[in-house]
Amino acid sequence: MEAYISLFVKAVFIENLALSFFLGMCTFIAVSKKISTAMGLGVAVMVVQAITVPANNIVYHALLKEDALSWMGITGVDLSFLALLSCIGMIAALVQILEMILDKFFPALYHALGVFLPLITVNCAILGGSLFMIERDYNFGESVTYGVGSGLGWALAITVMAGVREKLKYSDIPAGLQGLGITFITAGLMSLGFMAFSGIQL
Amino acid sequence: MSAVLLNDETKKVLITPLVNDNPITLQVLGICSALAVTSQMSTSLIMALALTLVTAFSSAAISAIRNHIPSSIRIIVQMTIIASLVIVVDQLLKAFAYDVSKQLSVFVGLIITNCIVMGRAEGYAMKNPPLESFMDGIGNGLGYSLILIIVAFFRETLGSGKLLGIEVFKLTKDGGWYDPNGLMLLPPSAFFIIGLIIWSVRQWKPEQTEKVEFKIMSIAHGEGGHH
Repeated sequence: MEAYISLFVKAVFIENLALSFFLGMCTFIAVSKKISTAMGLGVAVMVVQAITVPANNIVYHALLKEDALSWMGITGVDLSFLALLSCIGMIAALVQILEMILDKFFPALYHALGVFLPLITVNCAILGGSLFMIERDYNFGESVTYGVGSGLGWALAITVMAGVREKLKYSDIPAGLQGLGITFITAGLMSLGFMAFSGIQL
Repeated sequence: MSAVLLNDETKKVLITPLVNDNPITLQVLGICSALAVTSQMSTSLIMALALTLVTAFSSAAISAIRNHIPSSIRIIVQMTIIASLVIVVDQLLKAFAYDVSKQLSVFVGLIITNCIVMGRAEGYAMKNPPLESFMDGIGNGLGYSLILIIVAFFRETLGSGKLLGIEVFKLTKDGGWYDPNGLMLLPPSAFFIIGLIIWSVRQWKPEQTEKVEFKIMSIAHGEGGHH
């Protein structure tokens, strides 16, 4: 249990996908102008991350890993080079299915999150989460924890960023730094703040 | 270079992405995986090369079959082509440059979701012939590489006093004069450097400056803080 809590805290704060691995930066910069939209996207990322990381974990361990096909009587096959293709395919398919399910059964939620879902397929944070899961060889339980944790960390980062930017638009910024420039500097300062968690050991 | 290869369109798609329409500083694409690999020049160069090749070849391939792709499934088709190319790059790196591939870890795989590759496929290659698309891919890859190399130059020289592993500044711990700035090796410095690059580019090319949302007026003229 402790190992899971430690992994969760690590995924949310210490190894924050947005601020220490720069993943999902394009959407992070583009969609962080308003708190409400940022939060919507954040929640959508968290949900998708919590589904895709464990799903990719199952596929990887059951089909792609070295000797993973031994349950079918095939040995000595290593398909792990296909991991990239299978991860992105899995993500695209799951996002599509999620979109259809939301549209059919939860129309209110679909209207809130629907616009963000297509954006999420090409969000590096989602693919990055699955690739980190493969690289660090997480088991199923760890992959669920990591998926939820890293999604939450990303959502937290983009919401905070949007909060800062909402205030920032009233400030007097040099012309050339306006918009994109100051956003990067702000992200850097936030990243510095998140660095403060790095000494924490659980 | 022959005149056939470098006609006006080709020249335009090769040169404009460098400064005037840079994918990172103006279009805000592909920053995702870029920043994490820039703490060393060698990894940045490999990453820049990998991305440029993937963008160029995926644009050319997508453009070659652009009239046969049904528009409802075009994203999946584009992604499959890009992912296959990335797998080739990844396997090549693992075979010939194993150390670098370990350092780049997941970031080679993340080229798949790099917005530059998808953006060029969707925005240019779907409408233009293969050769131009190939050149457009090279041009945008070079624009990305330029920013990556500038960032890596500052981070590696100031952060560890080296460039491509060769000593530039003699460090104090070896009896030299330079005290390395540890912040340069940490994630925040990449954000700061990119922010400053954007600032300098926009000072140089003022037409890239963004419109102000709220104009700050002095209260002496009345009506302060209005739109």
